[in-house]
Amino acid sequence: MAVLSRRRTKLAVPKLEPRLTLLSIFMMLVMGAVGLRLYYLQIIKTHQMADLADRNRIRVRRQPASRGLIFDRRHRILVDTRPSYDAVLVPEDLHNRAVTIGKLERFLGGDHVEDKISQAEDDGLPSSEPVTIKERLTWDQVVALETHQLEMPGVSIQVTPRRRYIYGPVAAHLLGYVGEVSEQELRKLPGYHMGDEIGKFGLERGWEDYLRGVSGNQEIEVDAVGRRLRVLNETPEKPGAAVVLTLDLDLQQAAEQALGNQTGALVAIDPRTGEILAMVSHPSFDPNQFATGLTSAQWRQLMSDPHHPLEDRVIQGTYPPGSTFKLVDAIAGLEERLLTKSTSFHCAGGIWYGNREYRCWRKQGHGTISLINAIIASCDVYFYNVGEHLGVDRLARWANRLGFGVVSGIPLAHERTGTIPSSAWKQRRFHERWYPAETLSVAIGQGYVAVTPLQLAQLAAEVSMGGIRYKPHFVRRIEALDGTTIKAYQPEVAARIPLTPDQFQILQKGACGVVNNPMGTARKAAIPGIEVCGKTGTAQVVKEAAGARTKEEDLPERYRDHGWFIAYAPGNDPRIAISCVIEHGGHGGSAAAPVVRQVMLRYFQLYPPGQPLPAGTLAKAAASVPENGD
Amino acid sequence: MRLGFDRRLIYHFDWAVFILTFAIALVGLLSVASASYSEHRPFQTLIIRQIIWTVAGAAAMFAVVMFDYRALSSYSYPIYVLVMGLLLTVSIIGQATGGSRRWINLGLFTLEPSELAKLALILVLVRYLRDDPPPGGLRLRHILVPAILLGLPAGLVLKQPDLGTMLTMLLIFATIIFAAGINLRTMGILALGALLAMPVAWHVLKPYQKERVVAFLHPQSDPLGAGYHVIQSEIAVGSGGSWGKGFLKGTQARLNFLPEQTTDFIFSVFAEEFGFAGSILLLGLYAGLVGRGLAIATRARDRFGALLALGLTAMVFWQAAINIGMATGILPVVGIPLPLVSYGGSSLIVLMAAMGLLISINTRRYLF
Repeated sequence: MAVLSRRRTKLAVPKLEPRLTLLSIFMMLVMGAVGLRLYYLQIIKTHQMADLADRNRIRVRRQPASRGLIFDRRHRILVDTRPSYDAVLVPEDLHNRAVTIGKLERFLGGDHVEDKISQAEDDGLPSSEPVTIKERLTWDQVVALETHQLEMPGVSIQVTPRRRYIYGPVAAHLLGYVGEVSEQELRKLPGYHMGDEIGKFGLERGWEDYLRGVSGNQEIEVDAVGRRLRVLNETPEKPGAAVVLTLDLDLQQAAEQALGNQTGALVAIDPRTGEILAMVSHPSFDPNQFATGLTSAQWRQLMSDPHHPLEDRVIQGTYPPGSTFKLVDAIAGLEERLLTKSTSFHCAGGIWYGNREYRCWRKQGHGTISLINAIIASCDVYFYNVGEHLGVDRLARWANRLGFGVVSGIPLAHERTGTIPSSAWKQRRFHERWYPAETLSVAIGQGYVAVTPLQLAQLAAEVSMGGIRYKPHFVRRIEALDGTTIKAYQPEVAARIPLTPDQFQILQKGACGVVNNPMGTARKAAIPGIEVCGKTGTAQVVKEAAGARTKEEDLPERYRDHGWFIAYAPGNDPRIAISCVIEHGGHGGSAAAPVVRQVMLRYFQLYPPGQPLPAGTLAKAAASVPENGD
Repeated sequence: MRLGFDRRLIYHFDWAVFILTFAIALVGLLSVASASYSEHRPFQTLIIRQIIWTVAGAAAMFAVVMFDYRALSSYSYPIYVLVMGLLLTVSIIGQATGGSRRWINLGLFTLEPSELAKLALILVLVRYLRDDPPPGGLRLRHILVPAILLGLPAGLVLKQPDLGTMLTMLLIFATIIFAAGINLRTMGILALGALLAMPVAWHVLKPYQKERVVAFLHPQSDPLGAGYHVIQSEIAVGSGGSWGKGFLKGTQARLNFLPEQTTDFIFSVFAEEFGFAGSILLLGLYAGLVGRGLAIATRARDRFGALLALGLTAMVFWQAAINIGMATGILPVVGIPLPLVSYGGSSLIVLMAAMGLLISINTRRYLF
C-alpha cells in the first residue's frame, strides 16, 4: 500500500503555483546578485575605476622648457636651444599597427619603427606614452607627416627644444653637456620625468637649476581613438635663465687654436678677480653629440681614446710642476726669512747629497747666483739648497697656502687636488719616513709633487697680485629672459699671503727676467711693449737614473717631458695670468711659452693696455728668439 | 469578442506595470539621448526616433490592453507562422549590418523580426502547454513539440547570427517548461545533456564569439582586443560612483570608449551618469516589473494567462539580467538589448505591447 501511495504522489500533476514561487525566488536572487555587483563596482571600486576613466581620456603632455642660453662675457651666444621636430608614436593609439608603421617608414625612409617600439616597451614605457621614432626631421618629412597624419592615427610630430653648442668642441669641458635624465637621477631628483634633458657635466650640470627652467603641462582630453578634443588644463612652460660667462669667446678660440692638436691644457685668469677668461683642454669633444644622444660606437670611441678627451685637464690633469715650482720655493724661503734679495748659492752644475749627485740642468753650472737670477735662469742647484734648508714640511705648508694640494674651489665637479708631499703625507701614504734627499726633488717640482694647470695659473695670478688670490670662477651673472640680473657673482678672495713690497719685487723681477732677460728661459714668450712675466717648467715623465739626462729628441713621445709655462702680464699692471701645459712637449720654454704668447697677444689685441699695440706684432714670429734651456 | 468598453477595465487596470514600464522607458530615453549626444548636434535622429518608438509603443500597449488576451490563444499559431515567415524573409532579403542579417527594410523604418519572434514563441508555447500536464509532469516526449517550436525560430536567429536572441529564446523556453510542470528527472537529464553538448556548441560558435567567452574568463588577457569592451564598460559603471557624473557628462560614453553604447552597452552609459543611485533605481524598476509580472501570473484566472504572464515576465527578466550582468562583467558579452531602454523600435514596441498584455491579463482576471 505504502509503495502504491508513494507512486501515486510521484505521479501527481505538478502544480503551477509552487513552481512560480520558486521562479520568483530565483529571479529576485539574480537581481540581488546584480545589485551586489553594482555595489562592488560603483561604491567599493569607484576610485580605481574613476582613475582608470581619467587615464583613458586625459593625456598629460609635458612641454619641456627651453633651456637657458649661455653667453660669453661680451654677450655672444655660445649655447642655445633650437626646436627639433621629432616623429613620435603612441603605441596605444595605433589602430592598424602594420599599416601605420609601414606608412611611417615610407615617409621617414626606414628607421626600424618596430624595433624602437619594442625597445620602449622593454624600457618599461607605458603604451600611452609617445615613443620617439626619429629626431630632427627634415622639413620635407615634417610636411609629409603633417599632411598624412589622419591616415596614421597614433603618429604625431613633437617639437622638442634641443641644445646646440654653436662652437662645437670650443670650451666643451667648461660648458659640459646635457643628456637624457637617467633612471638613477630620476630616483634622486624630484621634478624630473622620463625623457627630460638634464645637465650631465660642466656648467650645464653645475647651473642646472637656473638653466633648466620649468616645464609646462598640458592636460588634453582624448577620445577612444586618441583624437585630441580639447585642452583641459594648461601650465605654460617657463624657459630657463641665461648664464653669462667670464669667458671671452675670441680669447677662448685663440687659445684653442694656439694649443692646436697638441695634448695639453691652458687656462687664462684675470688675476684681479679670479675670472676665467679662457679654459682649454685638448683633445676635446663635441657636446652636440651628447645632446642628440651618443651611439654606443661613439661612446666607446670616446672612452677608449688614449688621450681621454672627456677629461678636463685644467682641473683634472695632475702633472709634476717642474721648475714652475721654484716660485713656491722662493716664496716659502722669503716668508720663512731664509732668503733675502742678496742670498746667493754657488752652482757648479750639481751638488752631492748623500751619495748621489743632484745635477743642475746647466752642466757647466751657474756659478755664484742670486735669488732673482736663480729664478730667471731656473738654477736647480740654488733651489736644491733652498729646499734643503726649508725642509719638506715647511715647503709643503707654503705650497698648501698657495693653493696646491687643495681644490681651488672652481665650481666644477671632479676637480683634483694634486699632491704636495710632506713627511706626514709619506708616513700616511707609504708608511715610511721622509728622506731629506727627496726634498731636493720636491724643490724642483719633481718626485711626488703633482699639480693641476689651474693651480699653477692661480700661482701666477697670486704672484702678480703681490699675494692676493681670488677664487676662480667663470660665471659673471644669471640673467632673466628680459635681461635683468637674477644673480651676480662677485670676486671672492681665496687667500692672502703676507708679502712685503720688497719680497714682491724680488719675485716680480725674477719672473719678468724669465721672459725679458737674455738669461731667461722663456724669451719666446716676449711681447714687445708689454712686460710679460712668467716661469717655465719641464716635468719629467720617467724617472731617470741619477743625474742622467737624455736628450729629449731621442725619447719616444710618450716618455718625453711635459712642458710648462705660467705667465702674467703686464708686469706692473697685471690683467691676465695664464698657465699652459703641453703633454710630452719637451721644454716648457720651447713648447708652452709660444702658445702662451699667442694667447697673450690676442688678449692685448682685444683689451689693449694703456698704450696701443705696435702694428704687426702678431705677424712677428717668436722663433727668432734664441733657444734657451730650462 | 469583448471590444466594448468595460468599466472594470478601469477598476482593475494594473497601474504598477503601467508606471514601471513608462519609468523604464523614460530611463531609456535619457540613456539614448546621452549615448547619442554630441556637442555639435544635441538632437540626433536617434533620440527623435526613439521618442517616436516610445509613442508608438504606448499606442500598441493601450491597444493590447483593450484586447482580451484569451482571444490570443486561437491566434497563437497563425502569429507564429507569420513571424516564422518574416524570419525566413530576413534570412533571404534581410539588410546586413555589422556582419549579421537581422533587419527587413520597410522604407520608413527597419523591422527586426527576431524581436517579434520572442513574443510569438511565448504565445505558441503557452498555447501548446495551456492544459494541465500529465501526472508525473512533462517528459521528453511531451516537450518534443515545444522543442521544435523553439528550434525553428532559434535556429533561424542563430543563423543571422544573433546569439543573444537565441539565448533569450532558450531561457524563455526553459522558464515556461519549468513552470508548465516538467518532470524534475527529465529536467536533470536535459541539463546534463546541455552540459555534455557544450563542447559541441563551442565548435559551432563563431571565432568572435569564442573570443568573447575567452575574454570574459580572462579579461586582462587581451585588454585591447576582445576584453576591451568589458573593461571599458566596468570602468564606465564603476567611475559613476554613488551619484554619477551627471546627465550628458559621462566621459566613457562621450569619448566613445564604450562599444555599442546605444544598444548592448546602454546600461553602462546610464550607470556612469547616474551612479549607484541611478543603477539601483533602474534595477529596482526591473525587479518591480518582474515581481509584478510573477504576481500577475500567480493570480491569473486561467493557466493560459498564468503561463503567458510568466513568459512575458521571463522575457524582461532574462534580458535585463543578462544585459546588466554583461555590462558589469559578471557574464560574457552577448548582444542582448536592455529591455525598454536600448535603442531600437522593434524591441521597444514589442516589449511595450508585451507589458500591455500583462496588464490585460491582470485586468481580466475577474471577467468571465
